[in-house]
Amino acid sequence: MSRRLISVDRVGIEERAAALGRRSIKHEAKRLGIALATSMIDLTTLEGADTPGKVRHLAAKAVCPDPARPELPSCAAVCVYPALVGVAAEALRGSGVAVASVSTGFPAGQTSLEVKVEETREAVAAGADEIDMVISRDAYLSGDDARVAHEIERVKEACGPAHLKVILETAELPTYAHVRHASQLAIDAGADVIKTSTGKAATGATPGVVLVMLETVRDHAWRTGQLVGVKAAGGVSTTKAALHMLVLVKETLGDEWLTADRFRIGASSLLNDLLMQYAKLDSGHYGRPEDFSKE
Amino acid sequence: MTRRAVVAKTYKLYLGGAFARSESGRSDTATDHAGEHVANVPRGSRKDVRDAVKAARGGAGRWAAATAYNRGQVLYRLAEALESRSEELVRAAVAQQDVAAAAARAEVGAAVDTLVHYAGWTDKLAAVLGGINPVAAPYLSFSAPEATGVVAVLAPDAPDLLGLVREIAPALAAGNAVVAVVSRRWPLRPLDLGEIAGVSDVPAGVLNLLTGRLDELVEPLCGHRDVNAIVDATGRADLAATVDTLAADTVKRVLRPAAGDGIGDGALGRLEALTELKTAWHPIGA
Repeated sequence: MSRRLISVDRVGIEERAAALGRRSIKHEAKRLGIALATSMIDLTTLEGADTPGKVRHLAAKAVCPDPARPELPSCAAVCVYPALVGVAAEALRGSGVAVASVSTGFPAGQTSLEVKVEETREAVAAGADEIDMVISRDAYLSGDDARVAHEIERVKEACGPAHLKVILETAELPTYAHVRHASQLAIDAGADVIKTSTGKAATGATPGVVLVMLETVRDHAWRTGQLVGVKAAGGVSTTKAALHMLVLVKETLGDEWLTADRFRIGASSLLNDLLMQYAKLDSGHYGRPEDFSKE
Repeated sequence: MTRRAVVAKTYKLYLGGAFARSESGRSDTATDHAGEHVANVPRGSRKDVRDAVKAARGGAGRWAAATAYNRGQVLYRLAEALESRSEELVRAAVAQQDVAAAAARAEVGAAVDTLVHYAGWTDKLAAVLGGINPVAAPYLSFSAPEATGVVAVLAPDAPDLLGLVREIAPALAAGNAVVAVVSRRWPLRPLDLGEIAGVSDVPAGVLNLLTGRLDELVEPLCGHRDVNAIVDATGRADLAATVDTLAADTVKRVLRPAAGDGIGDGALGRLEALTELKTAWHPIGA
């Protein structure tokens, strides 16, 4: 079973990604950028210590990020473990904010396919609108693309109407060429969205990785007309990093991709930094973290 | 033997235990009493202020949680390190500021003494400011001082070194992290103090030194919501209203210390202003 990788120029990608992070975005543009980034957040809590109360609090925050600034939009989704999907769905009913659930033995993915499919079915039945699955890195790294694709297809089938986001966990892929290959593999197997990371690995959505994935999606759209979303997750915790992501999207795919349907940011601590920076634009004073509720 | 080329120093800011260039990339020249160019110093910007406060907040928790005894040891160690480099600081004052060697030596000596004095205060503060309160109810009520948090220090122009040490020493002894804007006219010895602190035991982020133009830095620093108190030792009447307004907007305390050496009668007042008293009530058995 041989694999043909399309080589990716590492230095070129990293230089371009870094260059796109050096723009000065201030005042009104920053205000709009913060609002846009807020609307793209999958507000996430994936801790062993998650409780129904914490998820309800998170859901309220996703619907109305800052009660003092009602002009800010709701987040795109709340992302939780499968056991808490019911609580999140109940809390978000009628709000327009989606419920996302991680699935398939998140974050390692080291369970059998039957368990993965069953877990996905349960999450969808409990009210999940979106499923974030992890690929089997063991299969991918041993060169078994067919097994990776088969698993994605089976999980996609189990999703039914729910959207499927496929997590590549790029920190565990050796090179950008593999990021590109795994992205294409996931898209061909039926992913609605490709996602960088679980947030549990050493690195996450580095600008270079996000740029390679955006370019894969762009090339696929040009070739086939099919639109696939991208989700940057893991390590995007500051306003500066979030605005950097938005610039990458705009310069790679254009304005029509700057919507929550096609680009998401998975984050837990980002929202408070966005709110803090937004408040700074109003008051002129630098803020402090404790002015905003902790999830 | 060939003549050596003179290496002119470019100083850096002291932020989060590291030496950083100004985020703005700008620098100012530092001149001596005759107007001769001596060295370059970074011209701090509002982003540097933000970075400094962030570093201070990062260091504040650990410093406040350290035992009072340990804080005393660290301040004493800083005094030791300052003492060991005192001749160099005296020479710099004589060369740059055209002061008599005896006066310069007295100033550096006083700075060392100030640090030693406040190093001794750290583990006595709780007994002097706190204690058991006599209450008319079956409770044990006691109070203990805690650090205020992040303290902004606006140091006076002169004396550059002693003026800075006099304001940072009580803040540090009380368990606070400090962001100080040092003398604009004589910034070099205050930055030397940063280099001394950098190789003593002061934890990263607990002491942060900014150079630059006070008029640019006052607004972001005193208006920063994550700063808990301001020590305004500039003596500038024109700045007072601005500082007070910014402090009032963000509810923080402003301390304008009286002129003096900061040792002796004045010390407790300075320490008290930079602490918060926590009182706890505990029911006592029947």
